[in-house]
Amino acid sequence: MDVLTTLTTALASGRIRVVDLTQTLREDFPTIVLPPEFGASAPVRIERISRYDAAGPAWYWNNLSFGEHTGTHFDAPSHWFTGRDLPRGTVDTLPPEHMIAPAVVIDCSAASALDDDHLLTRDTLEKWEARHGRIPAGTWVLMRSDWSKRQGATYANLRADGAHTPGPDAGAMRFLVEERAILGFGTETIGTDAGQGGDFDPPYPAHHLLHGHGRYGLQCLTNLDQLPPRGAMLLAAPLKVHEGSGSPLRVLALVEAA
Amino acid sequence: MRVKKNPLLRTRRPLLPPASRSRAAHLLTAAAAEGRFELACCIGCGRYAWPVPEACPECLSDLAARSAPRGGRVIAATTAEVPADAYFRERAPWHVGLIQMDCGPQALAHLGPGAKPGDAVALSLVLDRAGQAVLHAMPKGGDVMTDPQWRHMTADPRDRRILITDARHIAALPLARALLRAGAAGITLGLPEAWKPLPGHADFEALPNLRILPLDVTSDRSVDDLARDIGGKVEILINTADLPRPGGLGLPTAATDARAMMETVSFGLMRLGRAFGPAMAGRGGDGDLGAVAWVNLLSVFGRVPAPGLAGLSAAHAAALALSQAMRAELATGGVRLMTVFSGPTEDAWFQTFANPKVGGKAVADAVLDGLRRGLEEVVVGDMARDLLERQRDNPKAVERELAQGRF
Repeated sequence: MDVLTTLTTALASGRIRVVDLTQTLREDFPTIVLPPEFGASAPVRIERISRYDAAGPAWYWNNLSFGEHTGTHFDAPSHWFTGRDLPRGTVDTLPPEHMIAPAVVIDCSAASALDDDHLLTRDTLEKWEARHGRIPAGTWVLMRSDWSKRQGATYANLRADGAHTPGPDAGAMRFLVEERAILGFGTETIGTDAGQGGDFDPPYPAHHLLHGHGRYGLQCLTNLDQLPPRGAMLLAAPLKVHEGSGSPLRVLALVEAA
Repeated sequence: MRVKKNPLLRTRRPLLPPASRSRAAHLLTAAAAEGRFELACCIGCGRYAWPVPEACPECLSDLAARSAPRGGRVIAATTAEVPADAYFRERAPWHVGLIQMDCGPQALAHLGPGAKPGDAVALSLVLDRAGQAVLHAMPKGGDVMTDPQWRHMTADPRDRRILITDARHIAALPLARALLRAGAAGITLGLPEAWKPLPGHADFEALPNLRILPLDVTSDRSVDDLARDIGGKVEILINTADLPRPGGLGLPTAATDARAMMETVSFGLMRLGRAFGPAMAGRGGDGDLGAVAWVNLLSVFGRVPAPGLAGLSAAHAAALALSQAMRAELATGGVRLMTVFSGPTEDAWFQTFANPKVGGKAVADAVLDGLRRGLEEVVVGDMARDLLERQRDNPKAVERELAQGRF
């Protein structure tokens, strides 16, 4: 049996499960908040054109509008200044073979439950490798924080000094990008960086280092608790937006039943 | 005290008092809409006239609206127990009187309680439920707010349920406080992006009969959902949704800012109008506690555009144009649309603007006063008043001055 037939059979039999890692694209889902003197992303808006009514008696359809970085979304290298000059750095030029790749999951949920500002460090990653093996090159590294189980204000977790959400520190990102050559880094929070990541060195290390090396970001993921530490396959294909810096997308994981 | 209506009875359909007027009679509509007491005055002989004639009855010269003394004396008073007109019959008994005005003419006026022949009265020019300027006479020293007929013509918040659309507006908290002090039955406060902190949240929570519900005027779903819940339970809607983003066309964020302002100020108003307008207009005759008013807080720069506030001026100008359409639709139910114009407000976005700026309390006081007097147009603050006056006086001059940043 060829590989694809094997895969199809495994999917049909349930030996391989499909896990949806995507939040529903909805209008009241929190988005990144910047100081308002900067340009702001348009929110997600879903406006009805017609729904079997006088505006269109037999059909239902909507107009959609949103910023590239809303909902569960993909960050391309061109999103950050460090990746601005890289080839194939926008979502329309992205190599399609990167859209299907393996993933490992670092479970930080217990620590994140205790500390909103929990940081994923190199030490944690090395301990994970000691248990599960070396993180392969070309892999998505997903930081599980169970943050997706929160909603609204507790999900955004904004205070007078900014957002307080878990994320990686600069050392972890250097390790993953420079020593493990990962494909990208994904989180359940609004950004790939910690809420207070603007004060790190360099500021926003996940954005700075990932995109500077041509790697990708995924954020606002959910259902990471349904993935094994390693062995999942991710399908993450952003919209082919002309010169786009990112886009909302459907992220699916293929997981082999235990 | 608000009495719950019997849900088994059909909601009374709105009726309006006689609305036909000649073009000449509209000479006084603006004065009534803005709360000034003016009468038709001959530009030749200076005599006042009532009702507004086509020409001066004495010398046939043209007439102009001029401020006039408000005093008068009751010549005759009567009570219509069974008026022929359907609107007044529903509200009978209705008091009317013949007034000898201090400035000359005699006039038939809506009469305050207790006024009898010989009594001195103070006259007001007020818009009736059909939006026409009529005279109201109150015994000297009396308070118009005690007159049920005045209440029929205006929009006193007492015992009424009010929706303030955006809790993040500088005037939201002062408005809520002022309206509750004025006897509002309850306030619903809309909160956009409820996942962001609301400054002063505890102050809002401390107010009785106030609840905060999610409402984002830039979202069809959010506006429609709230209207489904409470659209039939709003007697006064105060649209405070705003997104002040000063800046000229050269600002790097000019386009995104302008689009966001349009979404909030202009399209937001359209969404609210579509969702809440028909329900409110339909309840314009719902007993003594029917829907009465819709208030839009707009920037004076929507009328006097400033190059340094290009997107903001455009968004508010668009909202003002929409307001005209909404006024016509709400008027079918006798619901008044009041526009409150203010200049730069005392918030972070107008930090670099010179004083005087407008604080939230000044806006709140103006809204409350406008509702109680049944106005259609209110101007808050010296800068807004000054700009409008300068524009009336010499529009090109004010255009050049604003281009040079001289507000």
